[in-house]
Amino acid sequence: MTLDKELRELYVEELVKIAKDNNNIMVLDADLMKAHKTNIFKDAYPERYIDVGVAEANMIGIAAGLANMGKIPFTHTFTPFSTRRVYDQIAISVGLAYLPVKIVGSDPGVTAELNGQTHMSFEDAGIMRNLPKMTIVEPVDIYQLRKLLPQIIEHDGPVYIRLDRKSKNAFFDENVDFKLGKIHEVKDGEDITIITSGICLFEVMKAVEKAENEGISVKVLNMHTLKPVDSETIIKAAKKTNKIITVENHNIINGWGSAVAEVVSENYPVKVIRMGIKDHYGEVGKSDFLMKKYGIDADSIYKKIVEEVKL
Amino acid sequence: MNKEKKIFLMKKANLIRQNIIKAIGTLGVGHVGGSMSLAEVLAVLYYSEMKIKEGEPNWEERDRLVLSKGHAGPALYSVFADIGYIPEEWLYTLNQPNTKLPSHCDRLVTPGIDMTSGSLGQGLSAAIGMAIALKLDKKDNYVYCIMGDGEIQEGQIWEAAMYGGNRKLDNLIAFVDYNKMQIDGKTDEINSIEPLVEKWESFNWHVQSINGHDVEEIDEAIKIAKDKKDKTSVIILNTIKGKGAYFAENKLSSHNMPLTKEEMEKALELLRNEVKEYDFR
Repeated sequence: MTLDKELRELYVEELVKIAKDNNNIMVLDADLMKAHKTNIFKDAYPERYIDVGVAEANMIGIAAGLANMGKIPFTHTFTPFSTRRVYDQIAISVGLAYLPVKIVGSDPGVTAELNGQTHMSFEDAGIMRNLPKMTIVEPVDIYQLRKLLPQIIEHDGPVYIRLDRKSKNAFFDENVDFKLGKIHEVKDGEDITIITSGICLFEVMKAVEKAENEGISVKVLNMHTLKPVDSETIIKAAKKTNKIITVENHNIINGWGSAVAEVVSENYPVKVIRMGIKDHYGEVGKSDFLMKKYGIDADSIYKKIVEEVKL
Repeated sequence: MNKEKKIFLMKKANLIRQNIIKAIGTLGVGHVGGSMSLAEVLAVLYYSEMKIKEGEPNWEERDRLVLSKGHAGPALYSVFADIGYIPEEWLYTLNQPNTKLPSHCDRLVTPGIDMTSGSLGQGLSAAIGMAIALKLDKKDNYVYCIMGDGEIQEGQIWEAAMYGGNRKLDNLIAFVDYNKMQIDGKTDEINSIEPLVEKWESFNWHVQSINGHDVEEIDEAIKIAKDKKDKTSVIILNTIKGKGAYFAENKLSSHNMPLTKEEMEKALELLRNEVKEYDFR
């Protein structure tokens, strides 16, 4: 389904709605207000809005200070600048201090598109996963985000949110419920399990439809929370289908595939095929071009399903 | 400041120094230099200018302090042991296994630590966030932030300085402990931070440069900073690294140094003798 508005606008509108009853919600930017449409929040609550200019480390530090006094700050910039640029600030002032800063990284992976190499991070979720007690969320669409946002706010620790800001695509609807830290089963199946997240779910479902037309039964799990890992659901799937494919818009090292493989290898070893970015930096290109090039498009996923099921 | 108060604060600074020596001396190694140089400013803050309640480190209405140069934790613990934030015996567990007094400040581990610090350069940003939050909540508390001179070579300090100056946070008072030394040598020789007053002024801060070992000057400077509305304040404390520890004073090696039991005992004796003279000044 295609929506009228982009995810960024719907996200900020949702935040404005929540902030009406929660005085502690604050929004911080580092000179990318227009890119995130956070001006909607600024217009609604100017006193609870901060733009520090081009100074991401300071943004994270100020957010930590605000959180230390009971505020719930949401910081915004592109994924590489939300994570690797401010990694030590997050580790010490936010993580070690265990303060509820909500860090939004936009344009994950290939969705950085024409910003290319410098703005295209495939390691952001992975390095955040290495920080103790960090929660990591990648919503598929606004419906999922709307259900997760109150839980993210309720959570007393830091959260990293990977946001495909320009997406108008919706997969779910308002009737589906999601629980932070719990994998969502999109559909059940017998022959193989696919575990995926974010924009990759759309490609996975195209591939699954094609495979199922040929008599292959696929279980699809949406792992919107990378950390904490829902081990129980992963082990159950491993036991049921004996084979798992992970598909992620992220480096296959230390992302979703790694997290799944860790759980499986320790609990119920089955083959895990990790589809994702194969350990290289990004480049300029539209998402569909890059997904095809990096082998995380529907066609590549379909071929892998057939290959693995028919082995 | 009347003579009685001045002597009281000097005695507290002396007590802080004794506690630092006891804590680090028991372990045998630690950040002597940068802890000792803070004795007077901490005495003035915790025993005169800060709104706190003895024995209640979590009192909601308290002023906050961010020790951005987190390695000087022992100086702060020395105050906490005296104002009932922590039991005095804890001082002798500094940096030992399972201690509640780690080398660098950790808000989740030590009662009274208002912000986790120790990775240099991060505290001023947090202090700015805390000051903004207090203003939003319409509270009249102050946030204090103590930076090291070597520390302000970190880039994030100047991101924070730029924003903090522009934001005009008159409820934030920052300090630079200017003891002129860093780990690798004299700050002037490694990477000079001069002209220091002009630097902060050019970032739109209200700047005072004072003798960081004179409790009267410190108290006066804090009062002036509090009276300065619509401007964020920084007070440069001209200090001596290791002051009051005869084996560490003005020594480059004092950043993180070993000390013997004999050195500890002699330093404590000298400090105890020094107190006796205060009343006759």
